[in-house]
Amino acid sequence: MIVRIMGEGQVELGDDHVAELDKLDDELLAEMEGGDGEGFRRTLSALLDKVRELGTPLPDDVLEPSELILPAADATLEEVRRMLSDDGLIPG
Amino acid sequence: MSGVMKRMGMIFRAKANKALDRAEDPRETLDYSYQKQLELLQKVRRGVADVATSRKRLELQLNQLQGQSAKLEDQGRKALALGREDLAREALSRRASLQQQVSDLEVQHQTLQGEEEKLTLAAQRLQAKVDAFRTKKETIKATYTAAQAQTRIAESFSGISEEMSDVGLAIQRAEDKTAQLQARAGAIDELLASGALDDQSGLGSKDDIQAELDRLSGGTDVELELARMKAELAGGPSAQQQAIEGGTPGAQQQPQQTQHRFDKQ
Repeated sequence: MIVRIMGEGQVELGDDHVAELDKLDDELLAEMEGGDGEGFRRTLSALLDKVRELGTPLPDDVLEPSELILPAADATLEEVRRMLSDDGLIPG
Repeated sequence: MSGVMKRMGMIFRAKANKALDRAEDPRETLDYSYQKQLELLQKVRRGVADVATSRKRLELQLNQLQGQSAKLEDQGRKALALGREDLAREALSRRASLQQQVSDLEVQHQTLQGEEEKLTLAAQRLQAKVDAFRTKKETIKATYTAAQAQTRIAESFSGISEEMSDVGLAIQRAEDKTAQLQARAGAIDELLASGALDDQSGLGSKDDIQAELDRLSGGTDVELELARMKAELAGGPSAQQQAIEGGTPGAQQQPQQTQHRFDKQ
């Protein structure tokens, strides 16, 4: 599947890696909802590292719809929370 | 509960799917529309060429008929000079029939000339429209491609994904479709306004009664012509003693040319 790391680009990941990432992803969500900024940053960094490690970057001239999307490496808890609010990523 | 990356992906997709149909590339739509317009233009041009060809053919026929008519008149004159009134009558009768064909052809010629002018004008105007569309199409395509590139650049800086830019593409596509429809409607309007789509089959059709009337009036013309020639001969010197073999009945038995209708190819 195609995963986008916002601000970096897209990588292709084998489906067998998804379960491995799911654990970190759920952890990240819990930290975000619990307002644990430090934990959020640490887990996000670990998740991104894992995606980069397991995935193959897509060439720049290829644009594929992404199935999963990750916040940029420097995104703050507040920014991500805003993106996931009712308005979503695109207002309206 | 799903994690952050799944939720973000879901939000992106929900937003993007609302706004776009991924199967269609607006650049391809524009190129296809331009191709269709070129085909239409080709058809109009072929129409102009067909009409011009028919007009030239009519001109040739007219010249031929006028030549024959002059020859018959000359033969009638000579026959009368030799006292062969019957022969003169025959020659003038044939000439009257030819003259009728000539005037029919002249009407057709005039109509064709008018059609040709209208079609030429329509083709020129259509050409201008197609040219304008091509320019606009290339501009839109360039803008589209630039927007795509820009999206990628912006994405790498600010984290905006292509899923977002798709909203903008949907708007672009809607604009392109509008332009395409306008161009097509414009082209058809041109053709209708110019009369290029009119049926030309009504040229010169005649019923039997009209034909009979024409024949009768042709006979009257012969009598008048005969009288005129007699008066001419009575008045002037009739020293034309040349043989009139060309005017003998045997030589005059050429079948009359009856094909005078414009035959569309």
